[in-house]
Amino acid sequence: MANENKEIRYLNSPTVEVRKKKYCRFKKAGIKYVDYKDPEFLKKFLNEQGKILPRRLTGTSLKFQRKVAQAIKRARSLALLPYVTDLLK
Amino acid sequence: MVNQYETVFIATPVLSETQMKEAVAKYVKLITDNGGEIVYQEDWGLRQLAYPIQHKTTGFYYLIEFKAESQFVATLETQYHRDERIIRFLTVALDKDAVAYAEKRRANKAAKAAAPAVEEAPAAAQEEEAPEAE
Repeated sequence: MANENKEIRYLNSPTVEVRKKKYCRFKKAGIKYVDYKDPEFLKKFLNEQGKILPRRLTGTSLKFQRKVAQAIKRARSLALLPYVTDLLK
Repeated sequence: MVNQYETVFIATPVLSETQMKEAVAKYVKLITDNGGEIVYQEDWGLRQLAYPIQHKTTGFYYLIEFKAESQFVATLETQYHRDERIIRFLTVALDKDAVAYAEKRRANKAAKAAAPAVEEAPAAAQEEEAPEAE
């Protein structure tokens, strides 16, 4: 009985759009250290104004989001990345 | 306590090449005189700054990796502050992951310098190593 119910429910509401699961690129690639000396890489985590993108958009895990943020701030202080800008990319 | 550190400083673009070498030699000497040990140095050359610092839009970047006592960092930074040639600096302590990364980065650079004709590694490897700062 229970099985049948489940099946019916599934048929009535099939998932229309299959969203691609976000993942943490650092965990996936096994990167342990985020380098502040590499602005080109860090630009992946910035929007056009040079602001740090939130985790909910990039999918980065909390542990690495903190490291990314730290690295970006270091890069900014060394003028490798701008604090504020327009059209970064 | 002896730690491994990494320091990057930006010197004013008005320096001549010999003056820049002098500045570098000064800091290398400062590190070694205070019981530190130079692990690696790298000259990034004249680079465009992302924003003007002291009305300058370019600067000479120089990276030094060294091992030293933790108290020494304060000495080094005081010297940076007093030096008018230095417009910006950053000193960072390296943890074990950072040391591993630094070694890998160094090995990469050496390999590239040895074989400049060889093409970039496959995309997967590149993602892992994070492309060189250019």
